Amino acid sequence: MTEALSPRLILLAPEMILFVAAVVVAILGLSKNHGIRASLPFLTCAALIASIAAIPLTWTNENAQAANLLLPMLGRFVKPLLAGVGVLLVLLSVGSVDRKMEESVARGRMAFDPQRVVRGEFYAFFLLSIMGAMLVCNAQDLIWLFLAIELVSLPTYIMVAIGGSGNRNQEAAVKYFFLGAMSTAVFLYGFALLYGSTGSLQFIEIRNALAAQSAGSGIDTLATIGIVLILLGLCFKITAVPMQFYAPDVYEGAPTHVTAFLAFVPKTAGFTAMVLILTCVGWSGHTLIDTDGIRIPYTGLPTSIAAILWMIAILTMTLGNIGALLQTSVKRMLAYSSIAHSGYLILGLIAGATAGIEALFFYLLAYGVMTTASFAALAALERRGEEINSFSDLAGLRMRHPVMAWMLAISAASLVGMPPFIGFFGKIYLFIAAFEADQFGLVLAAVLNSAISGLYYLKLAIVPLVAPPSARSEEVTSVPSRWPFIAAVVCGVGTIVLPAIAGTLIGAAKSSAQASPIVLTASQEALPTASTH
Amino acid sequence: MLLIWTSILFPIVAAFAVAIGPTKSAKWIAFAGTLVSLGALTIFAWNFPAWHNAEHFPNTTGPSWIPHAGITFSVGFDTVSLLLALLSAFLMPLCIVGSFSAITERTKEYYGWFLVLGSSIILAFAARDAILFYIGYEFTLVPMTLIIAIYGGTERRVAAIKMFLYTFLGSMFMLAALLYIGWEHRLAVGAWDFDIDTLTKTAIRLPSSTQYWVFAAFMVGFAVKVPLFPLHTWLPLAHDQAPTAGSVILASAMLKLGTYGNYRFALPMAPAGGVDLMSFVAVLAIIAIIYASLICWVQTDAKKLIAYSSVAHLGLCMLGLFALNPVGAEGAVFYMVNHGLSTGALFLCIGMFYERYHTKDTDVVGGLAKRMPIWASFMVLFTLASIGLPGLNGFIGEFLCLGGTFISEHDVQTGYPGVLGPWYAVVAGLGLIFAAMYLLILLGKIVWGPLREPHDDAAHATPAVRLPQDLCFREIAILTPLAVACIWLGFQPKPMLDAIAPCAEKMLANYPKEVERYMSQSAGTPLASLSGKTNESRDE
Repeated sequence: MTEALSPRLILLAPEMILFVAAVVVAILGLSKNHGIRASLPFLTCAALIASIAAIPLTWTNENAQAANLLLPMLGRFVKPLLAGVGVLLVLLSVGSVDRKMEESVARGRMAFDPQRVVRGEFYAFFLLSIMGAMLVCNAQDLIWLFLAIELVSLPTYIMVAIGGSGNRNQEAAVKYFFLGAMSTAVFLYGFALLYGSTGSLQFIEIRNALAAQSAGSGIDTLATIGIVLILLGLCFKITAVPMQFYAPDVYEGAPTHVTAFLAFVPKTAGFTAMVLILTCVGWSGHTLIDTDGIRIPYTGLPTSIAAILWMIAILTMTLGNIGALLQTSVKRMLAYSSIAHSGYLILGLIAGATAGIEALFFYLLAYGVMTTASFAALAALERRGEEINSFSDLAGLRMRHPVMAWMLAISAASLVGMPPFIGFFGKIYLFIAAFEADQFGLVLAAVLNSAISGLYYLKLAIVPLVAPPSARSEEVTSVPSRWPFIAAVVCGVGTIVLPAIAGTLIGAAKSSAQASPIVLTASQEALPTASTH
Repeated sequence: MLLIWTSILFPIVAAFAVAIGPTKSAKWIAFAGTLVSLGALTIFAWNFPAWHNAEHFPNTTGPSWIPHAGITFSVGFDTVSLLLALLSAFLMPLCIVGSFSAITERTKEYYGWFLVLGSSIILAFAARDAILFYIGYEFTLVPMTLIIAIYGGTERRVAAIKMFLYTFLGSMFMLAALLYIGWEHRLAVGAWDFDIDTLTKTAIRLPSSTQYWVFAAFMVGFAVKVPLFPLHTWLPLAHDQAPTAGSVILASAMLKLGTYGNYRFALPMAPAGGVDLMSFVAVLAIIAIIYASLICWVQTDAKKLIAYSSVAHLGLCMLGLFALNPVGAEGAVFYMVNHGLSTGALFLCIGMFYERYHTKDTDVVGGLAKRMPIWASFMVLFTLASIGLPGLNGFIGEFLCLGGTFISEHDVQTGYPGVLGPWYAVVAGLGLIFAAMYLLILLGKIVWGPLREPHDDAAHATPAVRLPQDLCFREIAILTPLAVACIWLGFQPKPMLDAIAPCAEKMLANYPKEVERYMSQSAGTPLASLSGKTNESRDE
């Protein structure tokens, strides 16, 4: 047992670093020393960077094979992505958590009270959530997957509530929590059905069982319903139709730096989980090796599941884009834009293993950088101590805060898919992947949607740069901390610079999406007969 | 290769220098940046080995960018793209100098964006990879939108947004078509490749029903940019609102991206589908010519008038391309360059008098020959070039376009049958008469006649830069190169036409047999019967 366990533990080294750091951060948050409390975000960054450094050391082929994973190399791309964008997300939050209390303490208006301070908890939950998302990559069975997904979600509910000082945070947190709990119930029910149909919790055995079923009379109804429920439950994490309706309210109500977190980390975890579940079902591009050593290629997702994903993709991108057209609040608009981008990302899921997974992860990278740029620019500004929310706050931003105005414009250009920003390449590669899967209809829908999205992203670029300043925007000042500003600049520059190494990044995503060919065990006797057809 | 990249990237380097450097030196840095770009391109053109054939140079594949998608950094010119790139690079420094007095606020941004605009236009012309072309083509929108939206007239934001959205929506269709052809190539060969020549070879093998849609998608994208009726409505507003130099680049270089796109993508890639749509597009082009000319006739805003005349002129240029014979295609390419010179110069002239009188209304200002004799002589010269007076450059292009259209029938002896014919040429020819009419009316109002000046001194009570009554040395220095080019090309068109000819023939290589097929296939359709009737009458 220990022999089997140790390689898997090594695989978890990045997560362990984060876990230790989470505990340390939670404790240090109670320190009376202002300097120590102020250093917490940087400690968090250091932990994330250390976990990135640990990934190549631990993630060897032998370890991955020993861990018996469906997609053994998945963590090589997804984990650095999560931790890397995580570092930027931490920078966004510097100075926001506990801000009022820290100001009062600094002015001597009140004594430091460890009971009221939440900064330590916030960063601990931050690390735990990212750790959960990383654990999704290592999931080997349904229980692990469920725990990892919940580890992503539970801290975010609390982060929404404690991350800022606005009145709407609690409301958003409660909404988010109840709807999140409902989605959890949905996909847990799906897990149960899948287990009922296949008789196993292990992904590899589920995969073999489903392969056996599809070689016989097709995947049975129970398993299909289970898979569909799992996908619908995960739609909540990725803000896709029909579970997208919470996103505008929660994104608007949450503090901006937490919104940026919500827009990226749960989404990445959700898509990774979807990739794992659909790998169990088997998509074209993957093969099975039966007991006789014969390779059996999958022909693709079952029609019913593909059709549902197809509908989700079209509805998500269309509703997201049309919803975004109607918004006057920037954060709501970005929430809808985040929904629309999920719609594009589902193209990658449908396209499958030939190029879809790598396109999906590459687009997640692009999306993470550009959406963080826009939220960072918003987080770097405030009006009378409140967050920026309406477009009239941003009007003529260029006069007083030129750099942030430019960063908003750059992120808008990248989100709309304007070359040569990173979003363009993400989109192109997604389209290429969809072509590879013969999904012309989806490409056309995505192209039309990109065209619609031009209408509102243009507003995000034009209003700060060109519109005359309004009475409201005259009062906009930058936040005391300069770190959100730095994060915005880093992300903005990233959207311009990353395309230069797009080839390398796609290559990395491709190698991380490699599936280990699964050798059927002797118990799966149904399959060899199928292969002789 | 190095020279090409210098001409593309140096303006971007200069843009960074402008952003970092002091405000005072911004315009000089920008000027130097565009001069280096022009210089590099000129040296390249001087040593260009492919003036007399249709080859690209350098004809090698550049370094790979995204290997999984087959995207490379391939640049190279054939004669046509080199001429258009030279035209753009030639106009950039003139525009920069032309902005010295007009742009007095936010100058660093202005010059920075102008440099970026120039480099992305040259990139679009130089690209031999379809995605690289798309990057240049699409990115021109960003600086142009900002230049209009920040430095334009009173309705600048509406104009900028309209321009952006029209072009952006159109080019999404174009991108879809490019990706689709890439996919067909992937199916045929097994790997993605976006090299334009490779894509062309793949695309012409597609069935004609597929090519029909490919051509339609390309047309949507490029027709917005050209612009072709009825997608032209963004252009007059954008021109009207843009600062002078913005108008010049918009008319002279950016619109050429649309016609160049037709030359490089739509026509060679989808011959079988293109033939089916050809007469339809040609009718649109003719409507553009007549309709825009009629608008010009009643237009009192001088700048809008030139903008609409641009729509009419480019309609003629498109007609020449769709004549499907080398005469028309040579004429169209020649016309692209000349339209760039003469219309660009006209916009500069209008801008110069606008800077003095702060109005473009031809009912308010008039008889300026008495006040500004030097300006008036330049204005007359460029207007005549635009009308197409023989001896000036416009004439050659117009004549060849019309001539090409005239002989574009299916039983001609040139070896290049077409689907248009004399009737198209006759109706389009009316546009030239209209052009002479409205442009001469414009001249009659603002150059000759009794002197009229606005008495409203409030508008220029505090001019930012004091300008003399007539043109200053800087302004003369801007217009002189353009005038020399117009006259020289008017008298010596042959070297350029000879250089264009092989490229035009190469582009049309697949058309003769497609036209034959189309004619034999669709003998019953109304358009075919129309041209059929004319043929029968001649046989009798």
